[in-house]
Amino acid sequence: MAKIRGAIVVDIEKCKGCGVCIPACPNDVLELAKEVNGKGYNYCYMKKPEECIGCANCAIVCPDGVISVYKVKVA
Amino acid sequence: MSEIELKDIIKKENLVYERSKVMTDNVLSFCPGCGHGTAHRLVAEVIEEMDIQSETIGVSPVGCSVLMYNFMDIDMQQAAHGRAPAVATAIKRVMPEKFVFTYQGDGDLAAIGTAETIHACNRGENITIIFINNGIYGMTGGQMAPTTLPGMPASTCPFGRDVEIMGNPLKITELISQLAGVYYVTRQSVHTPRNVRSAKKAIKKAFENQKLNRGVSFIEIVSNCNSGWKLSPVAANKWMEENMFPFYPLGDIKVDGEIVSK
Repeated sequence: MAKIRGAIVVDIEKCKGCGVCIPACPNDVLELAKEVNGKGYNYCYMKKPEECIGCANCAIVCPDGVISVYKVKVA
Repeated sequence: MSEIELKDIIKKENLVYERSKVMTDNVLSFCPGCGHGTAHRLVAEVIEEMDIQSETIGVSPVGCSVLMYNFMDIDMQQAAHGRAPAVATAIKRVMPEKFVFTYQGDGDLAAIGTAETIHACNRGENITIIFINNGIYGMTGGQMAPTTLPGMPASTCPFGRDVEIMGNPLKITELISQLAGVYYVTRQSVHTPRNVRSAKKAIKKAFENQKLNRGVSFIEIVSNCNSGWKLSPVAANKWMEENMFPFYPLGDIKVDGEIVSK
């Protein structure tokens, strides 16, 4: 069965660390970082990148549109 | 199962979602977690999908979204407080081939702009009105708005809205759905992926309705104001589900000029 692998790229400097993306993720991939960006926000990152399926749920609820989503089929 | 590196996934040909090109690169001025950003992006995505970037004129209100012209890469006009439907009326009448929308908050549309809203709707102007309802005056410091729920605290009613003294909240969306000039009325929200998808469909339908020349398309988006409500963004969304949605139920209210019975 073909497996889907996804990945997100967060525009760290524009992320405001609101955390709305975290409950939107069906696979609990996302988390807020302990580090902060230039504005002092704990930005979002993939804590379990291998479980991302590229569904883009996080990106479509992101109020600031800082998430880009990539998806690929792995044979 | 073959392993694949992240750098092999993150390639241009695998891109499935990114911020709409109809938005500028400016950082949004909203608080973290504010539904305005999502609503802006949905409008931008619809404009991009319909390929009407050069034919769309937006009217921004007074309120948190006053700077919308900074974030949308389309022609925009900023209107005096509450007067966006009147400005949109003028723009649409002068340029009937353009897609004209207003984007207003509850303090703008349901308080100071009630007259403009009701009369533009009653005249059946062929415009789209996007109404963000967060039950509070967000920009000026969380004062009570006409849409504030009974018992809901705000900075001018810290012990909660007392309907005996302060009156009842205004369901302006239901009110204007009664008017003959209104073609499409719906209430949506943008706090979960499912609701975002549904809201985007509604916004697209509202823009497509302008081609039919049948009247106003009105979309209410029930949104959060986590700064005004003094909650974290995620807690504000939960509070909204528990308290706002029973009073402001989501769903279509009027479709194709007919009130949807509930």
